[in-house]
Amino acid sequence: MAEVVSLREAVAELVHDGDTVALEGFTHLIPVAAGHEIIRQGRRDLTLVRLTPDIVYDQMIGAGCARKLIFSWGGNPGVGSLHRFRDAVQNSWPGPLEIEEHSHAGMANRYVAAASGLPFAVLRGYVGTDLPAHTPTVKPITCPFTGEALTAVQALDLDVGIVHAQRADRSGNVQLWGIIGVQKETVLAARRALVTVEEVVDELDDRPGAVVLPSWTVACVAAVPGGARPSYAQGYYDRDNDSYRAWDPISRDRDAFTAWLSEQVMAPGGSR
Amino acid sequence: MTVTNGADWTADEMMSVAAARALRDGTACFVGIGLPSKAANLARRTHAPSLVLIYESGTIGAKPAWLPLSIGDGILAETADTVVSVPEVFNYWLQPGRIQTGFLGAAQIDRFGNINTTVIGPDYRQPKVRLPGAGGAPEIAASCREVIVIVRQSARAFVERVDFVTSFGYGHGPGDRERLGLRGRGPVLVITDLGVLEPDPGTCELTLTKLHAGITVEQARAATGWELAVSPRLGTTEPPTEEELRTLRALEGATRREP
Repeated sequence: MAEVVSLREAVAELVHDGDTVALEGFTHLIPVAAGHEIIRQGRRDLTLVRLTPDIVYDQMIGAGCARKLIFSWGGNPGVGSLHRFRDAVQNSWPGPLEIEEHSHAGMANRYVAAASGLPFAVLRGYVGTDLPAHTPTVKPITCPFTGEALTAVQALDLDVGIVHAQRADRSGNVQLWGIIGVQKETVLAARRALVTVEEVVDELDDRPGAVVLPSWTVACVAAVPGGARPSYAQGYYDRDNDSYRAWDPISRDRDAFTAWLSEQVMAPGGSR
Repeated sequence: MTVTNGADWTADEMMSVAAARALRDGTACFVGIGLPSKAANLARRTHAPSLVLIYESGTIGAKPAWLPLSIGDGILAETADTVVSVPEVFNYWLQPGRIQTGFLGAAQIDRFGNINTTVIGPDYRQPKVRLPGAGGAPEIAASCREVIVIVRQSARAFVERVDFVTSFGYGHGPGDRERLGLRGRGPVLVITDLGVLEPDPGTCELTLTKLHAGITVEQARAATGWELAVSPRLGTTEPPTEEELRTLRALEGATRREP
């Protein structure tokens, strides 16, 4: 059964130095506040995992939390590059960042394999590209039935999976809807899962197309209203596109970034 | 707004209009963000009202009232016929070949239509420029029945050979796609701000087949990093109609006013 706890307690209990951690959200329901809490608690040497590392991963990389990034598209959607990520890859600032790079289809299937308790998943993918030459978790495989050449990707087993969701009930059953991305797979691929939610309610009423994660699949639930900002929580608030645009000049400059980090994340009362 | 050759439309507007026209009504299109999304939404507002827009966020049949900034803006989910998970959109929808057109952008594209959105420079581990990476593009390029690329033409972007193959076009030439077992046809059109390139049926080399009104072959050659072949039947793109321009500008206006 999930414990309903504060975000600070949940991160302290679940996320340890050196862990493989995914904070997932496919533009929607990104657990940004949880990322900031990990920065505040000074976690180091994390292997960060995500299909679409966006600005919260840029912030975590710039703050020195990550040793490695496993990903498929690292950009600020519709705006441009992630400059802290680029600075880490190109100039090792604030430290070297190892990368392991995939396509979305490959990453999605790696989560599916881990959630399914399989060592790998199979897909038609990567063929002809230069990705397999640099990514040891992609290998060719022959279909045992037809002999067809296909691609295998290794399961992506997580120490910790973190997602945001619209809400949970008091027993820690989680409900989310809208763009569901790989939220369910992230929770089921993880040894320990943390879900931040907009609100904890007495009863989860029906929502068309909603995903429910039963309480016993989640270690901790933390109520963090606005915890996905500047991404969004459908039915609660919209994506703050201006914040994504504003991130570009802050992230381009190491000093501007460092000042932003101490004012917005590290200072008492900063973010959450 | 840059005006080319005294015309009352820009080169970028001509590019979006030409790309929109290439999309057939009643087909499904896997849409990348940016220029592809703009052109696909223009097509849906002009000649192709039944065009099905599929974004990699799992939004199938999205009908956004303005252009989304990201591939997962709320407006896509709210207007979609159905919203599916990311594993589902790639495994059930893209992989079996259900989607007619893949609509991609590029940072670099080469003579044989291979696309790079990963790194600039010869050394992957020490890149000159680190780009965002693959996203959904490798499998879109492999599994859609055909691919249309929309990209501004310059000698920096149009290179002899891409530094990194993120999405496979025709490899090194004829027969490569078939040898690898790729099921889609590959890039059938490359639409730029100067004209249109198509693979030569014999050599698979991207060849200039159309110039936009007011553009010269010399301009296109100067903006290409290889010896650009020109089709003997070189045509001219019809200029944007008033309706196309009005619709495109209204779409951009709605995007600026996005609530």
